[in-house]
Amino acid sequence: MDPITIISQLVTGLSIASILLLVALGLAIIYGATGVINLAHGEFVMLGAYSAWALQTFFNMSLFESLIFIFIIVALLGWAIERTVIRHLYARPLDTILATWGIGVIAQQAIRLTAGGELRYVEMPKQLADSVLIFGVEISSFRIFVLIFAATLFGLTWYLMYRTTFGIKLRAITQNPEVASSFGINSNRVFGLTFAYGAGLAGLAGALISPLKSVSPEMGTTYVVDAFLIVVLGGVESLMGTVLSAIILGELSSILSFYSNDTIAKALVLLAIVILIRFRPQGLFSSKVRS
Amino acid sequence: MKEGRRSFLKKTVVGTGVLAASNFPYIWVKNSSLAYAAKGEVKVGVLFSLTGTTGIIEESLNKATIMAIEEINDSGGINGMKITPVVEDPASDPATFAAKARKLVLNDRCVSVFGSYTSASRKAVLPVFEKRENLYWYPTLYEGRECSKNVIYTGAVPNQQQDEFVPWLVEKFGKRWYLIGSNYIYPKEENNYCKKLLADLGCEVVAEEYVPLGHSEFASVVNKFRSEKPNVIFSTVVGDSVVALHRQYRAAGLDPETMPMASLTTSENEVAAMGGDAAAGHFTSAPYFQVWDSPENQKFVEAYRKRWGEDKVTHFVSEPSYFQVYMFKQAVEKLDPSDISPQTIREAVKGVELVAPQGLVRLDPATLHTYLWPKIGVCKSDGQFEILKQSSEWLAPVPYKAYPDQVCTEAGLKQV
Repeated sequence: MDPITIISQLVTGLSIASILLLVALGLAIIYGATGVINLAHGEFVMLGAYSAWALQTFFNMSLFESLIFIFIIVALLGWAIERTVIRHLYARPLDTILATWGIGVIAQQAIRLTAGGELRYVEMPKQLADSVLIFGVEISSFRIFVLIFAATLFGLTWYLMYRTTFGIKLRAITQNPEVASSFGINSNRVFGLTFAYGAGLAGLAGALISPLKSVSPEMGTTYVVDAFLIVVLGGVESLMGTVLSAIILGELSSILSFYSNDTIAKALVLLAIVILIRFRPQGLFSSKVRS
Repeated sequence: MKEGRRSFLKKTVVGTGVLAASNFPYIWVKNSSLAYAAKGEVKVGVLFSLTGTTGIIEESLNKATIMAIEEINDSGGINGMKITPVVEDPASDPATFAAKARKLVLNDRCVSVFGSYTSASRKAVLPVFEKRENLYWYPTLYEGRECSKNVIYTGAVPNQQQDEFVPWLVEKFGKRWYLIGSNYIYPKEENNYCKKLLADLGCEVVAEEYVPLGHSEFASVVNKFRSEKPNVIFSTVVGDSVVALHRQYRAAGLDPETMPMASLTTSENEVAAMGGDAAAGHFTSAPYFQVWDSPENQKFVEAYRKRWGEDKVTHFVSEPSYFQVYMFKQAVEKLDPSDISPQTIREAVKGVELVAPQGLVRLDPATLHTYLWPKIGVCKSDGQFEILKQSSEWLAPVPYKAYPDQVCTEAGLKQV
């Protein structure tokens, strides 16, 4: 077995992991902080992809230029949904599953009615359309860009959560909402912003995968499953766990699909997660919280 | 048709009550075949999904069918009789297909039904048409291996798309082939036939691989292309996955000049979604492309755009949806109005020939499949196909060609 193949598969695994991380990061924040099981997460990803398509088609914007707008659009949508629906359901976590699933269906059909059901085309930025040679391995420049972007977003999110006042407030609420409010923290406002931030991240993920994959109203369904697997495997309240589990799943799919095929790889990865959750229900890297 | 009967039994356990009830009033007119062509009209069913997952593509088949019916009616109908379409929306769901087919055949007394895009939906309605001795017109290219006497097949079967395509690719690019497909029946049957052709040509299949339906992460697959270095990648990946595969192949810097993908299902629709850049240099074999240069096709494309909108495209499933209505017309024309029934239409359509947009087609009396004109197209960077080659003669349909011990004959499936 030649070293080039090994390196190439490891890099591929990292690339798969970066896409998984992008998709899962928003969910990790929302699920970890507010406890809301957001089944509409895949639709936020889809809305991000469609925003990229709309900005490109109607405003002639390249993907780079449109990223900030996509973040704002999807974050605003997420914020509106939190204000109108989710905030009433914090005390009833099971009902959020049904509510967010319904929101997902509405979003899919709304896109079908407005943008149409056919597959849409988002152009890859010209500068990144080709491949580069790294350690003797040829890899798509765009995939490298996605990798760097995902790492940067993760860094930003980590900073936000652990080095800013907003993050301290959010973590305080997560640990004990009553005590946090008694210290004057407005949990309503913090949750609203958290949800918006998570949705915005999902939107960015959708925009960034659209030049590599296809854009359709149903595209979110597969991503929400991936995202939940990563968050659950990594441990719900652990950001670091999310990264590590994305890397584990990415490398695992990459290696298994190279030596067998994608169908078998998918089945084996799921099986591994099922076994792991059986023996470690809290996930691989749960943060220790006094209860 | 052991399989058909078994699934039929399953369906009828539920459906018997409904069937018996809805069939009742027609006992009175059972021998009066006038019921099929009364009041100067011939009723036909149109059964394409307008909603659900395959709604978009099937809507274009519905449009092509309706346009053909309108054209025939505008130019005087069939022997003075109008065709009246009864349109139903089976919502991309096989069970709904079966229910709507039952309604069209029993309640509406349609003499034929035009419908289906997926094989799953065709298999679901088959018991209805076989039990009720009605006729189903199926326009999609499919995996073959079916020999129903109640279906008229106007799309291509594997031998028609591959017989000229595979040897042509071998000669042009070489003998190492990589087969990749989506994980379901259609790609497996196409590959069965492809492997047979390749074995005869002394070629090597370096890999045969299936990805889950809807799969979109092709990073490892692309790495395998790179390390195996096949001469041709034979792709039967379908739907959204086609777009992801082409885009990731392009982004990884692979070169279609030395390692082209050859597909049977990449049409103008998928190319629009992946962009000309990702599609350029790859090949498709199909009996019809929108750019095909013939007076009939020019007329078809113009009429289609005029009727449904300038931005609409015609493709290799909408074209058979269109010409099969004209086949129906030719068959019914031969019949006395009092004699019109699904069975007489089936007998009359055998051997019917007409000039379709793709060329002169003919319905094979033995298999009820259609003689077609496969073409090889290469995609250009502007997203249009350029047709490189048309087969020198029409190709006979052989739905069991990968299975030499089985032959589809006029009397049904024969074991040899």
